[in-house]
Amino acid sequence: MVNAQNQRQYIRMPEDQPAHLTIESLAAYYGNHMAIEPTSLTIPRQQVTAIIGPSGCGKSTLLRSLNRLHETLPGARNEGHVWLEGEDIFAPEIDPIIVRRRIGMVFQQPNPLRARSISQNVAIGLELDGASRVECDEAVERSLKLTALWDEVKDRLHEPAIELSGGQQQRLCLARSLAVEPEVILMDEPASALDPIATLRIEELVKDLVSEYTIVIVTHNMQQAGRVSDNTVFMTLGDYGAGVVAEAGPTSEIFTTPLNSRTEDYITGRYG
Amino acid sequence: MQPARTMRRYRRRTFVNRFMLILTVGSTGVALIPLVLILSYVFQQGIGAWGVEFFTDTYRPVSMGEGSIQTGGVLHAIVGTLIIVGVALLLAMPIGVMAGIYLAEYPGNRSATIIRFCTDVLTAMPSIVVGVTAYILIVQRTQQFSALAGSIALVVLMVPIITRTTEEMLRLVPEASREAAIALGAPKWWTTLTVVIPMAFSGIVTGILLALARAAGETAPLLVTVLGNNNLAYSIFEPMQALPLLAYRYTEQPFAEVNEQAWGAALLLVVIVLITNITVRLATRKRLSR
Repeated sequence: MVNAQNQRQYIRMPEDQPAHLTIESLAAYYGNHMAIEPTSLTIPRQQVTAIIGPSGCGKSTLLRSLNRLHETLPGARNEGHVWLEGEDIFAPEIDPIIVRRRIGMVFQQPNPLRARSISQNVAIGLELDGASRVECDEAVERSLKLTALWDEVKDRLHEPAIELSGGQQQRLCLARSLAVEPEVILMDEPASALDPIATLRIEELVKDLVSEYTIVIVTHNMQQAGRVSDNTVFMTLGDYGAGVVAEAGPTSEIFTTPLNSRTEDYITGRYG
Repeated sequence: MQPARTMRRYRRRTFVNRFMLILTVGSTGVALIPLVLILSYVFQQGIGAWGVEFFTDTYRPVSMGEGSIQTGGVLHAIVGTLIIVGVALLLAMPIGVMAGIYLAEYPGNRSATIIRFCTDVLTAMPSIVVGVTAYILIVQRTQQFSALAGSIALVVLMVPIITRTTEEMLRLVPEASREAAIALGAPKWWTTLTVVIPMAFSGIVTGILLALARAAGETAPLLVTVLGNNNLAYSIFEPMQALPLLAYRYTEQPFAEVNEQAWGAALLLVVIVLITNITVRLATRKRLSR
C-alpha cells in the first residue's frame, strides 16, 4: 500500500539556527548496494540532532558517513557532499584524518583500548599529535571532568581502562573524543549497551555538552530522542531497499505534528 | 514411572555416551605414549653424557688404548645453534611480522590471497627441499658451506609460520578498537602500530617462539648448508656445528662414547624445545586471562 504522500521528504529544520553541517545529496553504498538514498539535510550548530528509525534503515551508516568512517569498510563508499563550515569533507584534497579530528565519535559498544590505562585512553588523540606530557595530563583532567568521570577515576588513572564499568567506559570514550577538541560529536546509540542509570548520565552529559558542541545522536529509543534532542531526523527504508530520510525538523514538531504518516506510525508504535 | 520404551532409549543413550568417552580417553592415551616414551628414553640415554665438560668443551678425538677416555663436549654445537638460529630469527622476525601485518590489515587486496596461498604451501614444504635449494643457490655459487646459508634456509621455514600466526592474532583484535583510533583521526600506520599490535603482542611472540622451536630442531637443511665443524667457529661465513647436526653425525660414529654424546645433544635439544613451548604456554595463558 504505497501512499504517494509517504514518498515525500518533509524537511523543516530550524532556519534561525546556523547550520554546522550541511548534507547535500549524500548517498552511501556497500559495493553496488545503495544503503542510503541521496539525502540533503542541515545539522544546526550547538544543538542535539537525533536520528531515529527502524533497524536497518541506515541510521548508523548516515552517521558514519559524516566523519568519513563509512568508507573505511571494505567496498564501502559515499557520494555527494557534506559541508563543514563551507568546506566539503568529501573534497578530494581533504584528508579524512583532518575531518575526524573536527568531528569526533562515540560508538554503540564502549570501546576503550584494552592494552591501555584510563589516562592513556583519553590521551591517545593528543599522543598522536606528539603533545607533551603536561598537555596530555591537562587534557585528561579536563576531558574527564567534562564527562563527570574525574572524581570516580582520579586515583586510578593508570589502571587498565577495561576495569571500569560499562557506563564509565562509555563516558571514558566520550572523554577520549573530547580530548582532541572536536566541533561536532557523533554518537551511535551510545546508551544502548548501558543500564538505565548509566543511560541517564549519558543523556545528562549530552544536554551539558551541547552548549559547546554540535551533537548528532543515533538512537533506537524514541523517549531518549524526545528527552535530549532539539531536532529529530526520522529515517525509514525507501522503495529501493535503501535508507531514506522521511522527515526532519524540530523534535517538538516531529513528535506532535508529524507530516509524514510513516513518522506518525513509527512514533506511535504502529511501525518499526 | 517412565514407560519401558523411554527407559530403553535412555539406557542406549547413556551406553553410547560412555562408549564414546572411553574411546576418546583411550585415543588420548595412545597419542601420549610416544611423547612419554621419547622423553623418558632420550632422558635416560642422554643424561649420562651431561657433565661440566659436555657444556664447556668442544670435540676431542677419541683416544684409544689409554685408560681414561677424553670425550670432550658439544660447546661448539651449542654456540653454532645459537648463532645459526639467532641470525635466522633476526632475519625472519621482521619479514614474517610485517608480511602478517600486510595480510591482516590490508585484506581487500588480490595479492594478499595469493601471498596467503604461497605461505600455506611454504609451511608444508619438506625442509630438505628448502635445504637443497639453499645449497644450489648459495653454497654452490659461493663455493663455501656457511652458517649463513643454513640461517637463510631456516628463515624460509620460519617466515610462513610467523606470518600466519601474526595474521591470525591481528585478526582477533576487534574492529571496534581500530575504529576507535580511526575516529580520533589516527592514520592507518599509527593505528596498527600503537593500537592493534600491542593488543596482539603476546600472540605474535607466541608465533615467533614456535617458529624458533621448529628451526632449532631442523637437521636436513643444515646438513647441506652449514655442513658441520668439529671446532668452535664464530664466523657465519664458515661451516659451523649445530646440535641436531651433531646428534645426527655422532650416531654414525663407531664409538660408544660418541654415540652417548649424540644422545646428550638430543636431550639438550628436547630441553630447549620444551622450554620454548612452556614459555609459549605461559605467555598465552596471560593473554587469555586479560
